[in-house]
Amino acid sequence: MFLALTLLLPIPVSNRKKNKRILSEKSEQAAHFLFPLICCSQGPSGKLTARERILLLLDPDSFDEYDMFVEHRCSDFGMDSNKNKYPGDSVVTGRGRINGRLAYVFSQDFTVFGGSLSGAHAQKICKVMDQAAMVGAPVIGLNDSGGARIQEGVESLAGYADIFLRNVLCSGVVPQISLIMGPCAGGAVYSPALTDFTFMVKDTSYLFITGPDVVKSVTNEDVTQEQLGGAKTHTAVSGVAHRAFENDIDALLNLREFFNYLPLSNRDPAPVCECHDPSDRLVPELDTVVPVESTKAYDMLDIIHSIADEREFFEIMPSYARNIVVGFARMNGRTVGIVGNQPKVASGCLDINSSVKGARFVRFCDAFNIPLITFVDVPGFLPGTAQEYGGIIRHGAKLLFAFAEATVPKITIITRKGAVQIIFRGKEANAEAEYVDKFANPFPAAMRGFVDDIIQPSTTRVRICRDLDVLASKTQSSPWKKHANIPL
Amino acid sequence: SCMSTLVISVILPLQVHVKMADEAVCVGPAPTSKSYLNMDAIMEVIKKTRAQAVHPGYGFLSENKEFARRLASEGVTFIGPDTHAIQAMGDKIESKLLAKNAKVNTIPGFDGVFELLSNCSPLLGYPVMIKASAGGGGKGMRIAWDDEETREGFRFSSQEAASSFGDDRLLIEKFIDNPRHIEIQVLADKHGNALWLNERECSIQRRNQKVVEEAPSTFLDPETRRAMGEQAVALAKAVKYSSAGTVEFLVDSSKNFYFLEMNTRLQVEHPVTECITGLDLVQEMIRVAKGYPLRHKQADIPINGWAVECRVYAEDPYKSFGLPSIGKLSQYQEPLHVPSVRVDSGIQQGSDISIYYDPMISKLITYGSNRAEALKRMEEALDNYVIRGVAHNISLLREVIVHPRFVQGDISTKFLPEVYPDGFKGHKLTDLERRELLATAASLYVAEQLRSQRFLGTARIPVAKSKRSSWELSVRLGDGIYPVAVSKDGSSFSVEVDGMKLNVTSEWNLASPLLSVTVDGTQRTIQRLSRNASGDTNIQFLGTVYKLQILTKVAAELSKYMPEKAAEDTSSILRSPMPGAVVAVSVKPGDTVSEGQEICVIEAMKMQNSMIAAKTGKVKAVHCKAGDTVGEGDLLVELE
Repeated sequence: MFLALTLLLPIPVSNRKKNKRILSEKSEQAAHFLFPLICCSQGPSGKLTARERILLLLDPDSFDEYDMFVEHRCSDFGMDSNKNKYPGDSVVTGRGRINGRLAYVFSQDFTVFGGSLSGAHAQKICKVMDQAAMVGAPVIGLNDSGGARIQEGVESLAGYADIFLRNVLCSGVVPQISLIMGPCAGGAVYSPALTDFTFMVKDTSYLFITGPDVVKSVTNEDVTQEQLGGAKTHTAVSGVAHRAFENDIDALLNLREFFNYLPLSNRDPAPVCECHDPSDRLVPELDTVVPVESTKAYDMLDIIHSIADEREFFEIMPSYARNIVVGFARMNGRTVGIVGNQPKVASGCLDINSSVKGARFVRFCDAFNIPLITFVDVPGFLPGTAQEYGGIIRHGAKLLFAFAEATVPKITIITRKGAVQIIFRGKEANAEAEYVDKFANPFPAAMRGFVDDIIQPSTTRVRICRDLDVLASKTQSSPWKKHANIPL
Repeated sequence: SCMSTLVISVILPLQVHVKMADEAVCVGPAPTSKSYLNMDAIMEVIKKTRAQAVHPGYGFLSENKEFARRLASEGVTFIGPDTHAIQAMGDKIESKLLAKNAKVNTIPGFDGVFELLSNCSPLLGYPVMIKASAGGGGKGMRIAWDDEETREGFRFSSQEAASSFGDDRLLIEKFIDNPRHIEIQVLADKHGNALWLNERECSIQRRNQKVVEEAPSTFLDPETRRAMGEQAVALAKAVKYSSAGTVEFLVDSSKNFYFLEMNTRLQVEHPVTECITGLDLVQEMIRVAKGYPLRHKQADIPINGWAVECRVYAEDPYKSFGLPSIGKLSQYQEPLHVPSVRVDSGIQQGSDISIYYDPMISKLITYGSNRAEALKRMEEALDNYVIRGVAHNISLLREVIVHPRFVQGDISTKFLPEVYPDGFKGHKLTDLERRELLATAASLYVAEQLRSQRFLGTARIPVAKSKRSSWELSVRLGDGIYPVAVSKDGSSFSVEVDGMKLNVTSEWNLASPLLSVTVDGTQRTIQRLSRNASGDTNIQFLGTVYKLQILTKVAAELSKYMPEKAAEDTSSILRSPMPGAVVAVSVKPGDTVSEGQEICVIEAMKMQNSMIAAKTGKVKAVHCKAGDTVGEGDLLVELE
């Protein structure tokens, strides 16, 4: 259908020899980039090469490369000379397996024209994205590009447009993950921004619309690359990136682990891994974790770790809007998305940033059939002019919208205050386990049926696992619409 | 058939002792001065609950004669000795005189005040200890090994005593070098009967606090034991003691023993005595308090087997043998499945170790028909003890009980500083142990990798089954990087480390806090405390936690190119080494401090710790103020 492999066999002998010669020459050229384990061309910068990255990301011997022989088509500025042509151009694309599961990958090669995006480069990326969407498997982009291929002008820019279109078409169809492993500036930043998750490598990756030089000339602002668009900025201040890792290896190994939480596409259920943690494990510490004094803070992460399989929780945006905690865990082996107010930070109130953070995460989970577990202890929305002028009404509405729109299994546990519990539970939500400490009074809500049950805290895990089993067959349909109109 | 009422500070309904008591009443907030030392509040509770008797436990008001007196005046029985015994034994000089009169060996010395000592030290024999009569806290205290030092010490001590206490009177005593701390448990009733229940050896101490105790002592022969026991009983009778009490002795290398003091309460380490004698000391105390005569005769008191107690503390043994640690016990599992183990504790999973009290987690007691058996069980019990969320001293305890000197019984109160002159650094792996650890860690890694490819249910796109059966790994342990080859061999792994092949088997339950792993026939219980995707793994092996990083060979090769992240310059910042409260801050921004100068004082668990500047420089910023509560690692002060 879309795979066209050329075999060498049915060609006359003389041509075959010639082809073979060209193939081996080209392969050798490509191989220069293929196994440079020792001559690490990005070595001094602390960056791995495009192929080394793929080697670490994918299972051994699972990578099938596409378009290794594609070259750029530019003839201006002396680009058509042989020394300016590199097989594969400035990106390596293909498919492979991560823990046995299919993934499509592109890895930009900074050593070829600074990883700049040529028409051919864009075409290669579009090809894997098209295939990923059709097959139904995630796309992982390893971004390391100086930006547009300046010699190609509009062709390069058109390439961005093609990629953006596919990012949008793939959105909600297959998970898209961007790992920023080098510079990413200008128009290039919008591809990662359109994907589901953006991860960064500390100290070696940058994301910005314009670099410090342009900033200086336009606004006369002195700022370093790191301050403007480093990993710290984007994970803690802007919320553009979802997590940052120490170095290339750390990032790729974590990406492998993260990948195991994701379904391959919107056609697949949340994956279920082999689990050694008993689903009926009681969690006695939950009986004491919520302080007796209703004003005293506790760490919602303690609760999340204690109920999750093997205490593992892959937190998304851990440094941004910390008054809400979101991330992936497993319950009896099945991936779940967890959303929790964090009483430890700003009393766990909802503000603009936390609402947006929560809403985007909820929509991802809903799009990819990942059940949602929500831990509620919220004093309400943060009052004040800063929030009102910032549009807390509009942004807070996103969180309501996302939860109400979600049709995946939703389980809500009220750990203490559910002052605005109405936000968190759709009336149609099929099962909700609730527990409260003995000094709050859950009975009025329980008597009216707004909460389904009041449970002993230590049984939270058992109850969630049981409910998830039942809710696995949940079906819920929304009225026909082109798409909903979330208050953006 | 007693009803029990527990007085407690903040009541958490799931604390073990709250659950066990028939009733629990709050006497005040967490600080001890407002709760457990608050006599008025406790008296109030006693009245309200109409309690007939009070067991004071240990610490707090257990040796407070005023408390005993107030109880007596309310007609409430104090489960302990009479007020006069508490008073007599609470005073150092009076207790020594009483002991001397009861013909108990006391440390030779001049009891009274002396002016010139040139004639007295030869009588005692060197070394001697010169003490300020009004002294305390080590001030005015000196040890002298000859005449010259004695004269010098006399001069300095009297000056120091005069300036510190306004009283230059000095005492001189024979100094017992390298003593053992051996104590005799006594039990007396109100009818003039008294028994000695053998000894406990409590020589393993740090900062004068006991860490490991055992009964009996390896050091005492039956004659010495009887002599000590009889003197202890004589002392108890001399003060008309009733209830359980402990007479502490210092014993020198020639088995001379000297009375140190008498504790007029139940001791923390009483379980080891209970184990070898079969008596329930608390029950006996209640009987005595009720006025019953003792049920046993001296001849009935046996030494059955051997018992060892380890005090499990929430503290970091790598910092001066134990600096307190606080936090929530995220996981907690006592090794009760190991035979002949007793654990006395009041906490459970989810409990908080707070800064308000002693950081003891539990008392872990093992019992055996002989010492070797008791120690073997202790080893097993320590390996099977799951404590997560706070630092703990299991590593130190385990090292002590397997140390050849301890095993031979060659111990003294200086054991820890002598054995670990540079501080405790954890277990030192032998080559074989290191290979075992590497093989275990590598096998765990592979087991985890294999599991992460096992997805349940059918997938739309089939999961590619890996046919891989061998892994080349690179394991970093400490400063070393070791190539390790693992191949799957049925349900076990064959691991090659340092050119040696090891066979590793286990059930590989990756969720269980305890993992039983057999390496070439040697079974060990290990704990994997943490792991992450980057290959970092912390494994508790032989009691000590080892940090390892396990990578595939390819990843390890490539990691050479990863940039070295500049480590924080720790000399210009001061972080709190432990959680606690800031008592005083002696610098402000702009001040110039010199190396070693005190910057602030942190108080944690009854200890004041002086934080000093690591280098000379100007203070850039101060991030704490007196009264703040700080956590471990919190930034206190920055230098320029």
